[in-house]
Amino acid sequence: MPLVEFRDVGYRVDGKTILSHLSFSVEAGETLVLLGRSGSGKTTALKMANGLLFPTSGEVLIEGRSTAEWNPIRLKRRIGYVIQEVGLFPHFTVAENIGLVPKLEGWSRPDRERRVAELLEKMGLGPADFLQRYPRQLSGGQRQRVGVARALAADPALLLFDEPFGALDPVTRRELQLQFLELGRNFHKTAIFVTHDVSEALRLGSRVGLLVEGRLETIAAPAEFRRAQTEEARAFLASLED
Amino acid sequence: MPTDLANDLLELTGEHLVLVLSSMAVAMVLGVPAGILLTRRAAPRKWLLGFASVVQTIPSLALFGFLIPIPFIGGIGPRTVIVALVLYALLPIMRNTFVGIAGVDAAVCESAIAMGMSDWQLLRLVQLPLAAQTILAGIRIATVATIGTATIAAAIGGGGLGVFIFRGVASVDSTQILAGAVPAALMALVADGGLGWIERRLAPA
Repeated sequence: MPLVEFRDVGYRVDGKTILSHLSFSVEAGETLVLLGRSGSGKTTALKMANGLLFPTSGEVLIEGRSTAEWNPIRLKRRIGYVIQEVGLFPHFTVAENIGLVPKLEGWSRPDRERRVAELLEKMGLGPADFLQRYPRQLSGGQRQRVGVARALAADPALLLFDEPFGALDPVTRRELQLQFLELGRNFHKTAIFVTHDVSEALRLGSRVGLLVEGRLETIAAPAEFRRAQTEEARAFLASLED
Repeated sequence: MPTDLANDLLELTGEHLVLVLSSMAVAMVLGVPAGILLTRRAAPRKWLLGFASVVQTIPSLALFGFLIPIPFIGGIGPRTVIVALVLYALLPIMRNTFVGIAGVDAAVCESAIAMGMSDWQLLRLVQLPLAAQTILAGIRIATVATIGTATIAAAIGGGGLGVFIFRGVASVDSTQILAGAVPAALMALVADGGLGWIERRLAPA
């Protein structure tokens, strides 16, 4: 059974079609990258995986169960979510930010502290230096690392990334991409990753799905995606050659 | 005579404080939840903020006059005054609560929801702490205004420092007027300073 399955998903709002006939599945352990231009519906699709949005037709299944049937809070707590703006809580320290979901889930304080330190270590942020800092005392790259650590905190079954590295400088972005790959190898996490950067898509995805105006045009492993002949895929791949 | 004045001053200042504190307590208990409600429900937004704005435009003496004939809340005395003061204090408190919460970074709220916070947790752990400074600014503005407006309470038998002022105006006695105006002004300054200090301490770390 796939961890995530989109079945003929459509989304219409105010008479506008955002997504139509979207079908794909994500197996445990893989990273599916949804690639597309702004407005192609990729963020909307991502938000359907943790029940921030619900399809207006078709259904999204997580662990075989429709998101409409899940308890909305339970579903969200099982899924880590990272967005470009990071959205760290400005009034919480790094430790409090990362430890939030474990705390909501009722972990004991020592368990939480251990987990937070372990995650900071993994993200390359020395716990001694960073635990008590506030988000405004961090650089963009450090903030995004804390965002990823926060998403990983309660050991979620699935991770959702919405252009998490989009606002970073190229060097930091590259570092975080490599770190992301390493995390994938070490944790065998399942992830859906949204981006408009084709090189990022090919680097990080075990499969790449190309969204065009709310439809899934191509979905293929990176090597195969490079040979795709559709117009939109060619347009994206052309940007690699610059 | 000076001891009479001192006794009056003490008593009327006490009355004034009671008027202000009870009005502010009621206004906060109504205004903060009303402001929160406005962030959750779009429908009453225009209606409630509109109502509170209209109340602000009514001259205070006229509002007291309107309230006197109303059964239960009206009549002569401090109760009517408190009702009027609450109505005036409602707008700044309600509006600042609404604006403060609505102004919390959308990305922060979205990640809170995406992390599986309930609406109550979102409010208590994220929105209220981040809006606290703005909410308190509304309370401070309302308190300072209420201290001033409460001097008119004397016109309808509500007591307070306004008694001095009305008495002084009637007998063309500027000592009496000052005996009412100076303590009221000091009270407003102290409230402004004190609440301003708390406000700055609430600045997000």
